[in-house]
Amino acid sequence: MKKAPKAKTAVKSLKSGRWTQIVNNDNIAGYFFILPWLIGFLSFTILPIFASLFLSFTSYNLTSSPKWVGIENYVRMFTDDPLFFKSIKVTLYYVIFAVPLKVGFALLVAFLLHRRSRAANFYRSVFYLPSLIGGSVAVALIWKDIFSINGPINSLLKIFGLKGVQWLGDPRFAIWTLIAMTVWQFGSSMIIFAAGLKQIPETYYEAAKIDGASRFHSFIYITLPSLSPVIFFNLVMQMINAFMTFTQAFLITLGGPLDSTLFYALYLYRRAFAYFDMGYASAMAWILLIIIAAVTALVFKSSQYWVYYESKEK
Amino acid sequence: MSEKLKKRFGNLIYHIFVAFFAFLMVYPVLWMIFGSFKTSTQILNESHRLFPTELNWDNYIKGWKGFGGITFATFFKNSVFVTVIATLGVTISSAMVAYGFSRIRFRGRGIAFACMMATLMLPGQILLIPQYILFQKLQWINTYKPLIVPSFFGSAFFIFMIMQFIQGLPKELDEAAIIDGCTRYSIFTRVVLPLIGPAIVTTVIINFYWKWDDFMGPLLYLSRPQKYTVSIAIKAFADATASTDYGAMFAMSTLSLLPVFTIFLFFNRYLIEGVSTTGLKG
Repeated sequence: MKKAPKAKTAVKSLKSGRWTQIVNNDNIAGYFFILPWLIGFLSFTILPIFASLFLSFTSYNLTSSPKWVGIENYVRMFTDDPLFFKSIKVTLYYVIFAVPLKVGFALLVAFLLHRRSRAANFYRSVFYLPSLIGGSVAVALIWKDIFSINGPINSLLKIFGLKGVQWLGDPRFAIWTLIAMTVWQFGSSMIIFAAGLKQIPETYYEAAKIDGASRFHSFIYITLPSLSPVIFFNLVMQMINAFMTFTQAFLITLGGPLDSTLFYALYLYRRAFAYFDMGYASAMAWILLIIIAAVTALVFKSSQYWVYYESKEK
Repeated sequence: MSEKLKKRFGNLIYHIFVAFFAFLMVYPVLWMIFGSFKTSTQILNESHRLFPTELNWDNYIKGWKGFGGITFATFFKNSVFVTVIATLGVTISSAMVAYGFSRIRFRGRGIAFACMMATLMLPGQILLIPQYILFQKLQWINTYKPLIVPSFFGSAFFIFMIMQFIQGLPKELDEAAIIDGCTRYSIFTRVVLPLIGPAIVTTVIINFYWKWDDFMGPLLYLSRPQKYTVSIAIKAFADATASTDYGAMFAMSTLSLLPVFTIFLFFNRYLIEGVSTTGLKG
């Protein structure tokens, strides 16, 4: 009589043992923890990617169902859309000037502030501030006023007896107000450089000093090569971001004057959400991906000539 | 003696130069803050002057009234709601996923991790349109769901950042916990989670200010002014009034940046830590 319940509990404990064994299996536990990401990845990344690829071969305006048009969107883009080429030109111009200037500034300031003192820490924080708030709507609106006809920039020019410039109304200058705004936000790159500078052993500099190297020479022959992986990283990240610039152009210039600041992302947005030309806009997104991938690959390819990795030399 | 003097003089030049440059950098921000206390005519006609002649709070009173009968109290409430919920979601989920990736060897881990890193490089424009269509089909337009729900599935940026941090913790901790009878689950809640405080704080504040500043999301998904968050409300407010009332626009812009300034003042260290460990965009 007594045996039966005993056997039952034994089975039970065996069962729960198996259950805990399953739950504590590393495969199960691993997928349990990454499950949130996995679901999000499948539904908000993979599904949209395939949808986007499909839509790029259709004509779709949100109200009627997508109509398959083959490669017509791509053909139209390259043969019958001057604004498409204009937006590529504008974006490349912006990337070519804004990114190296921003990264260069960041490097220079990081180097200038590379000393252990409270003042340097304070300065670093101040220089970091613009990149923290630069993406906000408020700052974009203020930037517009700074470069307006009666804004501080023109007032300053007046003090020096120079005539004010219609910064935002002149196709030659409008894009430079946006480039200036991007360069102004060099702070976060500077912080990355500052962290990289700390990694360079002091002894390198001391040895160079004994050999009679000037500060300038130390910078060229020690700092730059040692930092080249960080420079490379910053260049790539900033470039990818620059290709996708939208908010500032949307808020400050709206693509004008005369489409001189019609960034690719802005034109894509207009195609999608002003003309509801979803198929065409999706095709544009894929071309953007190809452009970014190609340029990034080019930079990666060039890196073997100017990026030094310490581990390789060993 | 003269050598010392020379060094001092060099130091002085250095500080003057850097301080001047720093002043130039924050000038636009100072101009905005001080401008919010000026009258609109002062802002327009005396733009070279930085300091206001008197502290005038009228702009704040006028600006707070907002537009279309909706005050900025509503917009701030909306922003706080979206930001807090989304930040909560992204922090919890990212910490979980980061632990899974960095501490558990499971089948398919390598591929999954590579996929996650690839999404870091993917231009948002590719996802923009299909996501919009998806949310439209789900009838999420004009709700906060498109701004909040995706946060609950982790963000590759923060997962990567927290992973860097977890990998700094000694593996022996996990092993010791297992000997003491901990499972993979209780290691997360009892060992790892209490130790990654700084990474959590960094995630919270960076996501907070990203969400607070987010413009694209509200622009696409919120069309009724009643639902506007601060960032898009400021844009609408400027469109409606800026040509007539610069002062009020400056005042509301300043207010909208107040949370970010606060974060900057108190959590600067964490921000800088976060940027330098992952190279996040600022």
